[in-house]
Amino acid sequence: MELIAFYIISAVVVLGAILMVSSRNMVHAVVYMVVSFIAVGALFILLQAEFVAAVQILVYAGGIVVLFLFVVMLVNLGDVHRVEYLHKQWLPASVMMLVLTAEIGFLLWGDAAALPAAPERTDAVLRAVDHGNTETIGQMLYTDYLLPFEIASLLLLVAMIGGIYLAKKRV
Amino acid sequence: MDALGLNHYLLLSALLFGIGVIGVLIRRNAIMVLMCLELIFNAANINLVAVSRFRPDLAGQIFTIFTITVAAAEVVIGLGLVIAMFRNALTVNVDEIHLLKG
Repeated sequence: MELIAFYIISAVVVLGAILMVSSRNMVHAVVYMVVSFIAVGALFILLQAEFVAAVQILVYAGGIVVLFLFVVMLVNLGDVHRVEYLHKQWLPASVMMLVLTAEIGFLLWGDAAALPAAPERTDAVLRAVDHGNTETIGQMLYTDYLLPFEIASLLLLVAMIGGIYLAKKRV
Repeated sequence: MDALGLNHYLLLSALLFGIGVIGVLIRRNAIMVLMCLELIFNAANINLVAVSRFRPDLAGQIFTIFTITVAAAEVVIGLGLVIAMFRNALTVNVDEIHLLKG
């Protein structure tokens, strides 16, 4: 049952990614990217990471995709069917990357016995049973990982200032 | 393989990473290159969450949240650069930006 769900979801992820990379129209590419991202969120739910799944849907499918769509509409690309949309070296580059991916996959698949098996429920192993995924993550984020959390907020502030400055009228 | 193991997730993540790198290498549009970069980020996130599930340690999920934060910041800066690039050179194709004569 879990295996069938995994295969369906991963087929959606990979198909969305392939269609995104190969589509000529930028708006279609963004839509395929949304499909792939939502499927990755479903994969996170399958991995019992509910909070990360929610963040994935909210930040990626909600925020980043809208940003991409805005810029695609803002930048006038002209007639998409007239211009060349791939580099000249696209065939050798793709073949070499496919070979590299096959190599990584071969190494991973051959070493499957050395990998750990799935434990029952992650949260139950770590904390008390009556705590959910989100509570546990929140507790860890505000105690053990407080400094990285604050640094991440500072990073977002710097990115916001940088984005406003770069998109200003005169740079 | 009969049960859903860690290698399934690692293999899917490797595949997604490969597609993302192919996109970065072959597409001329700078916005498309940034989008393929997001695919690579997603592959890394799948790896982190899968390992945090199979080797019970929630630190992987915490790290994924930080990765998503960094990805959001990267998209903001990257798209700002694309807009500045379009305003100055009237193109977003990465091979037509050769002000440095590289």
